Amino acid sequence: MRRRVPRFWIGAAATVVLAAILSLSRINEYFFFAGYAVLQFVVLATAWNILGGYAGYVNFGTAAFFGIGAYTSVFLFTALGAPLLVQIVAAAVVTGLLGFGTGLLTLRLRGIFYSIATVAIIYIAETLMVNWRYVGGATGLQLLRPTVMFPFATYTRMLFFIMAVLAVVAVSIARYIEVSWIGRGLRALRDTEEGAESSGVPTLRLKLLACTVSGALMGVAGAPLPMYLSFLEPASTFSLNYSVVALAAAIIGGTSNWVGPAIGAILLASMQQIVTVTISSEMNVLVVGVMLVVFVVAAPDGVLGLIKKLTRPRATAGGAP
Amino acid sequence: MSAGLLRVEQVSKHFGGFRALSDVSIEIEQGERLGLIGPNGSGKTTLISCISGSLRNDGGSIVFDGEDISALPAYKRTRLGIARSFQIPRPFASMSVLQNLLVPLEYVAHRRLLHIEDTRAEAMQILEGMGLADKADSPSNRLTQVELRKLELARAMAARPRLLISDEAMAGLSSTEVEEVLAILRKLNDAGITIIMIEHIMKAVMGFSQRVICLDAGRIICEGTPEAIVNDPEVQKAYLGA
Amino acid sequence: MTFSFDLLYEAIVFGILLGGFYAAVSIGLSVAFGLLDVPYVAHPAIMVLGAYCTYVLGGYGWDPVLAGLALMPPFFLLGIGIYRFYYETFEKRGTDTGVRGLAFFFGVAFIVEICLVLKFGVDQRLVDASYIGNSLKLGGMRLPLRMLVAFGIALALTAGLTLYLSKTFTGRAIKAVAQDEAALRLMGADPVRIKQWAFGIATAVTALAGAMLIIIGPVEPMTDRIYIGRTFCVVVLAGLGSMTGTLVAGLILGISESIVLTNFGASWAPAVAFGLLLVVLGIRPQGLFGR
Repeated sequence: MRRRVPRFWIGAAATVVLAAILSLSRINEYFFFAGYAVLQFVVLATAWNILGGYAGYVNFGTAAFFGIGAYTSVFLFTALGAPLLVQIVAAAVVTGLLGFGTGLLTLRLRGIFYSIATVAIIYIAETLMVNWRYVGGATGLQLLRPTVMFPFATYTRMLFFIMAVLAVVAVSIARYIEVSWIGRGLRALRDTEEGAESSGVPTLRLKLLACTVSGALMGVAGAPLPMYLSFLEPASTFSLNYSVVALAAAIIGGTSNWVGPAIGAILLASMQQIVTVTISSEMNVLVVGVMLVVFVVAAPDGVLGLIKKLTRPRATAGGAP
Repeated sequence: MSAGLLRVEQVSKHFGGFRALSDVSIEIEQGERLGLIGPNGSGKTTLISCISGSLRNDGGSIVFDGEDISALPAYKRTRLGIARSFQIPRPFASMSVLQNLLVPLEYVAHRRLLHIEDTRAEAMQILEGMGLADKADSPSNRLTQVELRKLELARAMAARPRLLISDEAMAGLSSTEVEEVLAILRKLNDAGITIIMIEHIMKAVMGFSQRVICLDAGRIICEGTPEAIVNDPEVQKAYLGA
Repeated sequence: MTFSFDLLYEAIVFGILLGGFYAAVSIGLSVAFGLLDVPYVAHPAIMVLGAYCTYVLGGYGWDPVLAGLALMPPFFLLGIGIYRFYYETFEKRGTDTGVRGLAFFFGVAFIVEICLVLKFGVDQRLVDASYIGNSLKLGGMRLPLRMLVAFGIALALTAGLTLYLSKTFTGRAIKAVAQDEAALRLMGADPVRIKQWAFGIATAVTALAGAMLIIIGPVEPMTDRIYIGRTFCVVVLAGLGSMTGTLVAGLILGISESIVLTNFGASWAPAVAFGLLLVVLGIRPQGLFGR
């Protein structure tokens, strides 16, 4: 066990270094623009999976946490000129609390009520932002990006690098939760909540923990958005598309393991970029929806599950169906 | 202290208009073997659910080792030393047999402080005691009925209980399998664990218990030694119909 | 803010009409989710689909109410198909049904939305009829005829379904299967066929609800999103499985929304349903008449 741990961290460090090298290179600017979006979905899908995959609570409201993260940034930047790092931390705190509150309200009920409550959060959040003039109201807010930080040639490249770091952080947190006693407790309560409680698992507390961490990471994914776009408005920020893609990425990649959402996000987000450019942006959303339904029905363990099935040696016949 | 390990004081429980338990009072001593019988629907599982915390009692109180636990959630009661097995086994289906035991070990016995290697060793020890050691890495949703029942007991054991409640662990098993489970329970009792057994298999209950309580329609109708219970007219009426 | 009793009175009456409509729109969900326990978040999307079908038929000169009625049989079959598929794919297999079932219907709702966008675009669609655009003058108020029509249909629908569930054999079988499936099986009835039938009825009712939706106002593909809030609010507030509760809850929602609309404007009205839903989930999740 002691030898397996460093392998992940080596991979994580390598990813960060790779991202740094890429962002300092001379690759076409579009790569960073698209790359940021892909990495953003890696964070969103990973965050979603902490609650959805490990604990079994389906969050439809990813867009709400994402959007509130973005609006926290906008508020701090407009009011205090806060730097990006502060925006990210603040977004994590705000959306973490929101996740905790949503959980507190609904986790004692059945899972579907949590899901509906998360849809409610999207609407309420959007309505509040639409009616709040200070952050732009319905028309939105234009932002002036601060000057570029050396050594990055453009602001987008820096954001790409930061999002890469955030993706590594998110995946590390998800992995830690998964392999630790926390993950085992979450899986236990997902299998049978009553059985878990009688085995000493504090089910409500663990669910709240998962809600909080998941929400916080989603907010973190949204925090750099205003800087990325130089603009922020409610309708597209709180778009249900974010919810669907995060959910679909986790399910398509595979929800049982931290690698799944990352794979799913990279596949899906890249596909989205390609389809949007070659066909249309409505088409790309349709493809996501269809892929989600197909996978949920035919390959519920996602790409990871398919790989496992293909690489497993043929088992001998026998055993109950 | 002469006060018993567990005191159920005038506990009642209702679901809507239906009274599942009315004024049930029981006192259990440390190390005792108590049998709980009664026709279907008499409230046996409801009673032990109130004791273990899966349900909250509406009236009365539950006192464990001098402490009123009526308001505690189930997981806290498990940590205090109350374990139960379920009538219909509820394994952690997505995990292997061994991993099933890691959960109570980590959350109760070891409170996540120890290294995972030590908990694995202890889990294997428990499995060996149950005769499940060779199934340690099998997925738990592929076990036979008797293996599932043993896993239920193993999981309850991993929580290092002082009181173990076995809810119809032997239902549907063959007589040799019943003997296997009984032997495990006797061994646990010898080690000092207080056991409440709910069972319909009369031979098993009467042979195992020091004292038997009979429930009917949410009330205790008889309490005493196995011989006294078997000959009690109220008990016979409850089972054979009013 | 000057308080006007006339305005309040009118808001309440409008709210009653609106509430009746919300009740009718939610009845399908009351059956599908409240009784049959299907995580049917695609219900509003199917309703919007019904609204668009009404629109298409309207293009051929069909009156929307007639169109709604005509759509009921095909939607009935659609409902049977959906339930059958859901049952075979999810309920039967058992494991992890919660997450997958929810994700499935979420995906379906999304696909319906996008297909509507691709076919009809994002603009709003309307239908035309003699009663749309005119109002009835009653006691000093002007009641929009289209609201009265929708309200009337809503009452008929709710009453009809409530009677069906309590008086007919199949209806009572549906209620029975919601309470104790095992017992029903022992009595020789096939719970799957009953649930299938119930889901078919729920979807047929939703088709008519879709027609009412487009009678009341313009419809666009994203309309289903706000109705997720409204229908689930009504169903949860009513208490799962209660038909009369649906009517009461619908009225409560309708009146609340109408009052907010009059006093705070249209941008706050959508939040009422969702806000009310969260409050109910937090305070009394079993609803008013929950079983």
